[in-house]
This record gives sequence, structure tokens and C-alpha cells, in this order.
Amino acid sequence: MTGAVMDAPDMARALTRIAHEILERNGGASGIVLLGIPTRGLPLAKRLAARIAAVEPGFDAEACTGAIDITMYRDDLRRQPTRSIGETTLPQAGIDDEVVVLVDDVFHTGRTVRAALDAVKDVGRPRSVQLAVLVDRGHRELPIRADYVGKNLPTAQAEKVRVMLDEIDGEDAVVIERPDAGGEG
Amino acid sequence: MKHLLSTADLTRDEALHILDTAQEMAKTQEREVRKLPTLRGKTVVNLFFEDSTRTRISFEVAAKRLSADVINFSAKGSSVSKGESLKDTALTLEAMGSDGIVIRHSASGAAERLATSGWIQGSVVNAGDGTHQHPTQALLDAFTIRRHLGERSDSTGLDGLTVTLVGDILHSRVARSNIHLLTTLGASVVLVAPPTLLPIGVETWPVRVAHTLDEALDAFDIDALMMLRIQLERMSGGGAAFFPSPAEYSRLLGLDAARLARLPSHAIIMHPGPMNRGLEISAEAADSPRSVIVEQVSNGVAVRMAVLYLLLAGEAEL
Repeated sequence: MTGAVMDAPDMARALTRIAHEILERNGGASGIVLLGIPTRGLPLAKRLAARIAAVEPGFDAEACTGAIDITMYRDDLRRQPTRSIGETTLPQAGIDDEVVVLVDDVFHTGRTVRAALDAVKDVGRPRSVQLAVLVDRGHRELPIRADYVGKNLPTAQAEKVRVMLDEIDGEDAVVIERPDAGGEG
Repeated sequence: MKHLLSTADLTRDEALHILDTAQEMAKTQEREVRKLPTLRGKTVVNLFFEDSTRTRISFEVAAKRLSADVINFSAKGSSVSKGESLKDTALTLEAMGSDGIVIRHSASGAAERLATSGWIQGSVVNAGDGTHQHPTQALLDAFTIRRHLGERSDSTGLDGLTVTLVGDILHSRVARSNIHLLTTLGASVVLVAPPTLLPIGVETWPVRVAHTLDEALDAFDIDALMMLRIQLERMSGGGAAFFPSPAEYSRLLGLDAARLARLPSHAIIMHPGPMNRGLEISAEAADSPRSVIVEQVSNGVAVRMAVLYLLLAGEAEL
């Protein structure tokens, strides 16, 4: 059983709002670097960058967006089959003394973000690190919070939240998948 | 994947997955902090029964960059020189707790024996067994070729490229590993060697053969030229049983400045090392801008990081 909780216009509005919140919080776009966490954080980071560039003409969306893979920093590597490593691409200028905004699709236990903070530490020393997520579904296991949230989505542990993006899945939607009674969770 | 014993075991997808992983590993080696926490708490044993500089150091660096603990074991100065068997050595290492064993041995099949005997629980990486296989060398060669010539290929592999291996094919585990892997990845392979340095049955291999380097330069469009080392230590009766003299070898198979000039302008020069300068390769060729020999060494670290990651990072396979 599944239910759509956000459609394409909802997601577009949430991202536009987040882009403006990032600008407001940081007093403009100078020094901002958006790092998407693969797989779906990356297209979200690119969309946020495009929205920021639309209102801040001096912002070079291409040069200020990157990807940071966290696979090798995970704390559950030895509990799971080997994962493929995603791509890491950093802005040419690096991230030293910049404001890094980490971008991910679903914010859940906080373990991905913890791993991302470790990964960021190994590629430079930003002035500060902020976190933007499309969906916050709760159930944190670590003392980590998001700075920008597209939608707060109360969920049960057994449910799965799936974010689909046009760039990867061919459509924009956020879906909750509930385990069927007696079926696999 | 539990062990890496031979490139013949790798499917095209597995091989490409290792190369793609190595590509991300290589990027991490350009950073200021090159160490990753990925294999923290894992132990890798380098079990070297045969001399090696670059392979052992390369595996050691790779494991350390992934935060694994590394134990180096060489036959010299160990109980093996007192006559301890491979089995007892393996059981000892197992008792001390090792997650991965990187083994080099002069006997073909030693890595496979270690992996399949039930003596140990961990993963085994073959770092060269006799004249049989040296899979990480072939992987780093493929990685290097893909890096330089990948855009000339019609695929994400090496389809459409011609790779030529020159020299002592008979004794070369590097050649055997490369022939399997290059073929799996779609490259076409040319072997250049006198009949005395070609294995029996080579006509059944998926390769084309030439006997002198000049003949190969005339007949084939070469994208990558891999010069092999003459393995005097594996030649019973010394080199004289296989070729008349070093000067003759050089004349027929050596890469000198004149032959270098006849290669297509995009072609790269490779050598697994250690080089016999002046014998199979001249200094001009080894030090030319088209030589990627030094880069092969740094690519070796990235490829071995990828292999160790893929074998050791995940939950233990039973």
C-alpha cells in the first residue's frame, strides 16, 4: 500500500522556499557551496543552486555545486553487503572557509548526515555546515537537526519514504510505502 | 565477491565495478587528507613468499589509506625459512585474526589453495602466483588504459582498443591476467614474442601473434604497448635457453626511440616494472611523455584500495 504525500508542484514550492531561506539565513549567496549526497541529494542540490542563481545573479550555480559521497564513512558498512561508491565532485575552488549546505532527500536517523560531516572534514574546512532536506521523517538516532526542511512527515518506523526525482526516476513525487499486512516490510 | 584469485573469474560487470570503484578511490588520493576510515578495525596480512617491492608496498599503502591494520610477512626472516608449510603459516595467521590475506607465492595455484582449503575464514587476494595470475596488476593496467584511451573506446570498457603485449609471455602471470581481463573488457590483444617465449597452445587463445616488434608495428594499429620484463629467475638454464643473447632480444623486441616514433601519436607505453632498461625498453621510451609507467604505480594503489574495499568492507559472506 502506498500513498503520495508530495507531488511535483509541492516539491517545487518547497525547494523554492528552501532556496530563499538559505539566502535569508546567510545574508545572500556569497560563499555558499551546495553539496548533494548521492544519489538523490545531487539533483536536489542542483535545483536549489538554479533557484538561488535565479534571484542572485552573481551566483554561479555550476561552480558552487558538488557531490559528496558518504559510503566510505558509513557506520554500518560491515552489517550490509558491500555498497557501491558514489561520485564525489567538489567545486574547483574547494570548500575551505565557505558555507557548505549539505543536501539530501530524506532525513531519517541522522546517520547519513553524521557520515557526511566526517566526509566534509576530510575534504576541507568550511566556515560552517548547514543541512537542507526535502523530507524530514523523524526517528533521529543521533543529535543532529536540519536547518532547512521541505516537509515534515510524521511516519511510523516500518514505513518507507521514497523520493522520486525527474532526473533519475522520470517523475517528481514523494511516496510513503507502508508494509502490507503479512507482506514484506 | 569473496576472493580475487584470477581475472578469468571476473565477469565484465564485476571488472567494470572494480574499475569504477578505483576511479572514486583515485579521486580521494588527490585530497589533502588521503586516509579514509572505511576499513577501520580490519586486519590485512601481506603474505609474501617471493620478493616484491612495488606490489607489497602498493597493497600496504592501499590498506593503510583505508585505515586497515597491516601486517607484513615475508618469507625471509620468518618461520618459512625454517621449513614451515603454507598451511601452518595460514593457520597461525588465522589464529591471530586476519580479515584479508594478500598472498604472493612462487607456486602457481598457491592463492587458490589458501582460499579453498578451509584453513582461513577471510578473503584472499592473489598478488602473483608463479607464472599463473596477477589480477590486481591486470586491473591497474586496464584502469590506466581506460583513463588515457577510454574516450576512444565504443563502450565503458575497452571495446575497439588494441593492446599489445611484448616479450616474455611464457613466464608472465601479468600477461595471462591481462589477456583474460582485456578480452573480457572487449579489447583486442596482440602478443609479440619469439616462439620460444610463447606458451604451448597459444593458438587457442583469443589473441593475435607476431614474432617481432617491427612486424607488429606494421600489422596492427596499437593503442597501448605493454612491455614485459624478461623473467630470468623463472628461466631454467637462464636466458640462453630461450633467446640467443640480450642484444638479439633488444634488436627484435626492444622498444627504442625509432620504434617509439612509429607508434600512433595517441598510443601509450606501459611496463609492469621492474624495468630492465636497455633490454626490453630503452631509456628514451621509458622516460618519454607517452610512457605511463610511473602513473601505473599510483593507479595500482587506487585499484588495490577498490579491491580491498569490495572484498572486506561489507558483511562477511559465508
